[in-house]
Amino acid sequence: MSQTHLDSLEAESIHIMREVVATADNPVMLYSVGKDSAVMLHLAMKAFHPNKIPFPLMHVDTNWKFKEMIQFRDKIVSDLDLELIVYINEDGLKRRIGPFSHGSTVHTDVMKTQALKQALDKYSFDVAFGGARRDEEKSRAKERIFSFRTDKHQWNPKNQRPELWNIYNAKKHKGESIRVFPLSNWTELDVWQYIYKESIPIVPLYFSEKRPVVEREGILILVDDDRLPLNEGETPMRKDVRFRTLGCYPLTGAVESTAKTLPDIIQEMLVSITSEREGRIIDFDNSESMEKKKQGGYF
Amino acid sequence: MSVDVEQYLADQENKQLLRFITCGSVDDGKSTLIGRLIYESQLIFDDQLSELKSTSKKVGTQGDDIDFALLMDGLAAEMEQGITIDVAYRFFSTDKRKFIVADTPGHEQYTRNMATGASTADVAILLVDARAGLLPQTCRHSYIVNMLGVKNICLAINKMDLVDYSQVVYERIINEYLEFSADLNFKKIVSIPVSALKGDNIISRSTNTNWYDGESLIQYLENVNFSIDNEFQPFILPVQWVNRLSHDFRGFCGLVSEGSISEGDEVIVKPSNKRSQIKKILVADKYSPSCSIGQSVTVELADEIDISRGNIICHKDSSCDSVEQFQGKLLWMDDKKMVPGRPYIFRFGVDESSGSISKLRHRININTFVDEASSYLELNEIGIVNIALDKKIIMEPYTQSKTLGSFIVIDKMTNNTVGMGLVNFALRRGANIYWHNMEINRDSRSTSKNQQAVVLWFTGLSGSGKSTIANIVEKKLYNLGKHTMLLDGDNVRHGLNKDLGFTDVDRVENIRRIANVSKLMLDAGLITIVSFIAPFRAERDLAKGLMGNDILEVFIDVPIEVAESRDPKGLYKKARSGALKNFTGIDSPYEKPENPDIHIESDKVSAEEAAEIIVKKLLQKEII
Repeated sequence: MSQTHLDSLEAESIHIMREVVATADNPVMLYSVGKDSAVMLHLAMKAFHPNKIPFPLMHVDTNWKFKEMIQFRDKIVSDLDLELIVYINEDGLKRRIGPFSHGSTVHTDVMKTQALKQALDKYSFDVAFGGARRDEEKSRAKERIFSFRTDKHQWNPKNQRPELWNIYNAKKHKGESIRVFPLSNWTELDVWQYIYKESIPIVPLYFSEKRPVVEREGILILVDDDRLPLNEGETPMRKDVRFRTLGCYPLTGAVESTAKTLPDIIQEMLVSITSEREGRIIDFDNSESMEKKKQGGYF
Repeated sequence: MSVDVEQYLADQENKQLLRFITCGSVDDGKSTLIGRLIYESQLIFDDQLSELKSTSKKVGTQGDDIDFALLMDGLAAEMEQGITIDVAYRFFSTDKRKFIVADTPGHEQYTRNMATGASTADVAILLVDARAGLLPQTCRHSYIVNMLGVKNICLAINKMDLVDYSQVVYERIINEYLEFSADLNFKKIVSIPVSALKGDNIISRSTNTNWYDGESLIQYLENVNFSIDNEFQPFILPVQWVNRLSHDFRGFCGLVSEGSISEGDEVIVKPSNKRSQIKKILVADKYSPSCSIGQSVTVELADEIDISRGNIICHKDSSCDSVEQFQGKLLWMDDKKMVPGRPYIFRFGVDESSGSISKLRHRININTFVDEASSYLELNEIGIVNIALDKKIIMEPYTQSKTLGSFIVIDKMTNNTVGMGLVNFALRRGANIYWHNMEINRDSRSTSKNQQAVVLWFTGLSGSGKSTIANIVEKKLYNLGKHTMLLDGDNVRHGLNKDLGFTDVDRVENIRRIANVSKLMLDAGLITIVSFIAPFRAERDLAKGLMGNDILEVFIDVPIEVAESRDPKGLYKKARSGALKNFTGIDSPYEKPENPDIHIESDKVSAEEAAEIIVKKLLQKEII
């Protein structure tokens, strides 16, 4: 019997995770709480069954994530009995860095990019799993499954190691690290199909509900807490909205939708007219922005 | 509506995954083709399309038309230079299959990136610009996808719109290609006339090419049979990681690379060669009665055997073996050239060893396929090399197993991947490589002659055709470059055995001497052909005892009436008349072999056919 495409993708991801565990000194899984992380975590549970996952999860918390993400994260960790490290850039916190006060670029750099580097250095993780997919965006399409980072956490897109067959070169010098992307060959539709097939729990924010939002430059922002400054006379609207990606709430646009179930979401996706990252404000700078951010150490 | 979606999801679950590579020369239109495939399968979102339209006008090369190539070229440097410098992976799907496309660079200096894409491809689409025909890069890429074991190739003759959809042009290119690729090992070559830019024969058959009645490109991709016959190969599970939970659970994890296995089946663990049975199988995290190629599994064995990463659990018929020295094909991927003798790390699927390239036998010119002498390999060059590892690794020829026959070469200083290689065959006991630690013996002498030393012991009545057939066999072996020696009854009796007659005692002594001379020839590493009547089983058994396993008994069987009617030397006539005593078959017995290794009935086949049967047998037994 030949394998279905989801079977093939699952087998490949499990193979990748086991390779890391067999060859790395101190791996970690970057858990961002989103749907891709949910799938990655589910695959890790399978890869090492009946054992526990032999590495910790780490969430880089920017202090501006949706409240529901944090609740969901803590519930999953306790339900599945996982080891989770939550890392916040304490220096950024002290300097009260935030998207409203400092703008999205500074906020993302300090609370996300710098925070991640600090965390990896602090715990001396040599391999970090990430949930990125090659179909997300152009520069990701050329990234390796085992993606090498210098001791300054930099990515050199021009000098990537050739990746042949499924033989992964995990050799590195002290201080250098590798980002590993087990979902490289999955598409957004594959991820949703797999979540549906395997009944994987995801943050409720992906499903439509009446939520309080304000419109900023054509983008609907959820009023998740009182740190969101309202303009004079502005009152939040209650709209049927959901999120296609999750991140810092002030930087993540909601889409109007009535999709309340996974089939609804998939149906909506099949006829969708905008690609997934449109909801992410940080990508809007210019078409090469992601590549530049990654060269600087963004995941 | 949501009922439809559920039906849709059920349908989608049965899709297969096909990985393919697009290759061909620069400007043959690869990126445009992939852009077109993705566009046609409606996976370009509106925001991407509007960005694409505006970029097309700014830097595109298609006037007001959409430049699909821009959708593909991801990295900023590529957009500036207008070339695809790195492998990009693209995704699209139809109702039948999901596709992963490796979009690879066309320039010669990026041959290594192209090989990277080909290493995971089931099918290759080779683009040819109809105006330009076959280019050196077309041939180079054919060579590489063939070397990496891609069996299905689709020749897409592109830009048909620019040659007025000419059938003549199309067929000229196809014929040229079929002639060129005759020496390559493709299972099936399909050709399609297309225009990636205009969309002809991409989704459905185009009215512009009414003379073409084959599949469109999408139909080809949806239907091509790419599953290899590996499901029926002996099971192989390279052990990636050992999952230890408690005293009760020790699971061996890995991706099944060949065949299938079920609970209760017997397996062998390499390199220890210990036997056990499969106790339980987890496919991912679910117990299953069996598992097969492509599945990530965890197996438990019935016995407690010491197994670690790098070991192989396999079916008892698997031919994989621990090897220290082997010959392989190497593609060099580093700017710094490869010079034999430098130490590298050789990384196989689940195991690695330091070692060195002990000898560059020759470089292959992939434009002409000609072997060239060289003392080094430069970036993108391919050579045949001998490799000596510092420890044994379990491997198989690449043609047998992609997983056990592939490796990468890692530079010890930079940790970069500097080469990719395929195992051709093991060099047993490394005779070619390290002489100093070795006694020179039969094996080393025969290995250096690229053969296995053996005695072919022909027996049969006088006039059965032994000498005639033995002579043809020797010629055939000589033509194959083998080193041989023929000992013929008559000739030996003129020299070494001049003192012997035809009494039983002398016949025994005759054979004893011949047997010992044959053994010396065997030790010299020769394929030794012995052609004597040798009528007595006991003497032939003596010879077998001396030669051990390295003798094949070849019985040239013919009824005595036939032999007598042939009577090439008039001996039967003499014997019948009583002028010749003790003649085998007349007044001295011939004891037929009971279990000859090769049985030729020389009254039913010609001498030439008989010789052919014998040579084939030697090939089958991997003696030559």
